[in-house]
Amino acid sequence: MAGIDHAPPPFFKRGPAPLALLTLYIAISVAIFVVDLRMHSLDLVRQSISLVVDPVQRVAQTPGSLVDYAANYLQGRQVLEAENKALKHAQLNTAPDLQRLAQMEAENERLRKLLTVKEREKAQGQVAQILYTARDPFSRRVIVDKGQQSGIVAGQPAIDEAGVVGQVTRVFPFSAEITLITDKDQAVPVQIVRSGQRSVVFGLGNGQLELRYMPANADVQVGDVLVTSGLDSIYLPGFPVAKVINIERDSAYSFARIFCAPIAGVENFGELMVLSPRAAMPPAPPEAKSRAGDGGSDKGSRIKKRRVAKAN
Amino acid sequence: MQPTYSSSRILLPVRPWFIFLSLIIALLLNFLPTSHWPGVPDWVALVLCFWSVREFRRVGMGWAFVLGLLMDVADGAVLGQHCFAYVLLAYLTASLSRRLLWFPLAQQALQVLPLLMLCQAVQLAMRLLVGGDFPGWSYFVGPIIASLLWFPATFILLLPQYQPVEQDPNRPI
Repeated sequence: MAGIDHAPPPFFKRGPAPLALLTLYIAISVAIFVVDLRMHSLDLVRQSISLVVDPVQRVAQTPGSLVDYAANYLQGRQVLEAENKALKHAQLNTAPDLQRLAQMEAENERLRKLLTVKEREKAQGQVAQILYTARDPFSRRVIVDKGQQSGIVAGQPAIDEAGVVGQVTRVFPFSAEITLITDKDQAVPVQIVRSGQRSVVFGLGNGQLELRYMPANADVQVGDVLVTSGLDSIYLPGFPVAKVINIERDSAYSFARIFCAPIAGVENFGELMVLSPRAAMPPAPPEAKSRAGDGGSDKGSRIKKRRVAKAN
Repeated sequence: MQPTYSSSRILLPVRPWFIFLSLIIALLLNFLPTSHWPGVPDWVALVLCFWSVREFRRVGMGWAFVLGLLMDVADGAVLGQHCFAYVLLAYLTASLSRRLLWFPLAQQALQVLPLLMLCQAVQLAMRLLVGGDFPGWSYFVGPIIASLLWFPATFILLLPQYQPVEQDPNRPI
């Protein structure tokens, strides 16, 4: 039996067995899936790959944008004239408010100084053009044409002419990804304009939003407007977010189901404004060292207390 | 190699640059802003599937992994989602490749359909597991269209190999 322990001649070698390769690749895929999702430490890998992919993607977008351009070009003069007229009308409508705004802001500042209240932050930002919606069918995101080169950082809020659109979640060298407020479980801290009640609104993923954790007897009505509360360190207060369109009160549950529609043209294409990051918040005051009763160590009861305080 | 085993025609060997080019074009087709239309197939999955049936020694799981990574970045999906699905697709098609070519084209398309469907289902399962949003049943129309496209894909992708060895200027094809 000489020769049976010989290795096969080199021209029969085909590398590792397919099953071994499959196991290896699947293991790597699952590993990067988990790491990307839970630890977000692969952003550098993503950015470097996007340097290769991004130009190709822009090339692929050109036929569509050429068609858009041609359609715009061929649009009748009448349509443009009508649009121009409407815009002039709208500008005239807002003129009285705008002209007095500067004076009112100055007055507000002076009054705030008199009351020794912290000055209001001013909203600044840069205009960005939406390039395309991200292809991922499981989430709602858009890609804009400003990135690291323009100083965009993750976390900046984005608004359009009507209200909040979303938040920058990933930044690439020449583009940035904005997660829309209607993306599933995307949260925005809001305040109801009519009652002043604070809450958090979550995206549902189907184009609507839901105001969660509001008690069944909460003072919410259909048509209520929600604006950002400014309690996070991301959104400036006062930007319109959504409007309540449907309330389901079921006494079997402790919370009402409140559905809202976004005010901004969240699903529209066009331009939007990426607001600069807010000034750093003052550090949170240190927690009281000892509490009467529980000694401050029982986490569960503390959370419960906080919830009760919130509900009041 | 023959187009199918019932055919008596012998094809020219495939040119590696053509495989590369067809995969790049598939990527470009995927990047077109048509992805939100219902029933648009995953072109990369289709072309990858085709080449891993035809040339499983050249286009294997390594290619599938790299293409998956590119698709993940382009989609803004979680890294590893397309990699997993494409690697699985490449493995399964390569293991079926010996058998698949014995069938006529219609039956080949029928056998490719569950593989492409699995490729989509794996991605759906991965994303739903980590709290993604269900994109609706139209998500599964893509693979059906893709398996119908198996006929034109076979014709187009094998076209360079149909040329005769001796070129006749009076009879170009």
